Amino acid sequence: MAEAETRWRPTANRRALEARARLLADIRRFFAERGVLEVETPILATAPATAPHLHSLTTHYQGPQNPEGQRLFLQTSPEHAMKRLLAAGSGPIYQLARVFRNGESGRRHNPEFTLLEWYRPGFDHWALMEEVDIFLSLLLGTPKGERLSYGEAFQHYLEVDVFAASHKVLEGLARAHGFQGGTEKGEEARQIALDFLMAAVIEPQLGQGRPCFVYDYPASEAQLARVRPPSKACSVSLAERFEVYLNGMELANGYHELSDAAEQRQRFQADLAHRKARGLEEVPLDELLLAALAQGLPDCAGVALGVDRLLMLLLGSLHIEEVLAFPVDRI
Amino acid sequence: MAAYSTNEFKSGLKVMMDGDPCSIVENEFVKPGKGQAFNRVKLRNLKTGRVIDRTFKSGETLEAADVLETQLQYLYSDGEFWHFMSPETFEQYSADGAAVGDAAKWLKEQDICTVTLWNGVPLSVAPPNFVTLKVTETDPGLRGDTSSGGNKPATLETGAVVRVPLFIDVGEVLKIDTRTGEYVERAKE
Repeated sequence: MAEAETRWRPTANRRALEARARLLADIRRFFAERGVLEVETPILATAPATAPHLHSLTTHYQGPQNPEGQRLFLQTSPEHAMKRLLAAGSGPIYQLARVFRNGESGRRHNPEFTLLEWYRPGFDHWALMEEVDIFLSLLLGTPKGERLSYGEAFQHYLEVDVFAASHKVLEGLARAHGFQGGTEKGEEARQIALDFLMAAVIEPQLGQGRPCFVYDYPASEAQLARVRPPSKACSVSLAERFEVYLNGMELANGYHELSDAAEQRQRFQADLAHRKARGLEEVPLDELLLAALAQGLPDCAGVALGVDRLLMLLLGSLHIEEVLAFPVDRI
Repeated sequence: MAAYSTNEFKSGLKVMMDGDPCSIVENEFVKPGKGQAFNRVKLRNLKTGRVIDRTFKSGETLEAADVLETQLQYLYSDGEFWHFMSPETFEQYSADGAAVGDAAKWLKEQDICTVTLWNGVPLSVAPPNFVTLKVTETDPGLRGDTSSGGNKPATLETGAVVRVPLFIDVGEVLKIDTRTGEYVERAKE
């Protein structure tokens, strides 16, 4: 058949389309029952997420308000705008958002996808893990999830003390598991080895039959989460962050949110320096988010959950295109 | 030499890995939440046939391998090399034992084989899926026995030994499936 004769067709079947509609209704009911407000924020922003491994798609606006024209970023998540609502006193909020990530396409990735993000004032990451667990049991029928610290995950699956291990040990471990190392040195090589071991070796084994909540990430992977300084109980700084895995697939990422504007600015600047060192395009800082944090973000926790992946788990799909009407190669 | 980035990886692409030509079997994009993206790749080493798993940072490149699949006519063996010729250019190629491997026992002069060339040198030889070969040695045939289902070994003109039905005699020409090494039927001459 000629390409155009098949390419116009959806890749999701009728059953998947119906399941998606039902899932969205179930999600809305879940939050309505808990008094969490549904919000919509812009997909476009003047400043993107700064994380060095998130690549934004961009577009261009020209017209009233901006006769010279302006580059706008499509959101990689609605996090910044939702935090501005929280700082303005919104109370608990959630959003079903279309988000965009350049360079991400594969069995579990499409450059455009649906993210469910919610924020809970007064919650820390522990309380939010409880709520995510309830959410999954209601929507997917999963049993109560297990809790595993990042350190325990490495100890259990790779028999290594990840916080004490030298760069060389971690890089050697990555190579032993088939990683074709690059030219990076020191801290950067260590981080890439950790990313590889987590994504390629540990993740596929996590959450078989019940959710697995991995918590307390290295401070280097804090992103927008709070960092807990070293204490008697633990000799290294840890990020108050969690990820949720189910049947070997990453499903959600949550933070006990950083609310310190000065620290957030420092992290953004460190991200920009990192981008510059890697030869990536420079991006502006989100001064609107920083101003909101300076005004005061309530103590809260937030989580982002991939709706398309939730649907894959619900339907037992092996490829994300089975749950999307039109994946990127059919647009 | 051209190079391919991980974004171009797809099955069948021929690349160099650890100094050997390889064919990409499978390529999967994986990425931790906000970390480095990777491509988990299965590669078949075209010299050894072994499949290996390697993971690359997304955006890395591999050198292209100058590998070409071509149809060549088998000419003869001198004991050390097997000689082939292109029916189109009449150019001749000689393959060593490592390249010919198990195909050797099916090679009959004049037959057209699929030869994989790497930098113009035969890397591997695949015989035709079906060959017709004469029986040079087997126990005497049992007349009339065409259905009992029993079989016996027979040596063919190329030296290959296959299981054949009991009624087959020396001098008969048989059609053999080289992929399974099994007798198919008597060939009409």
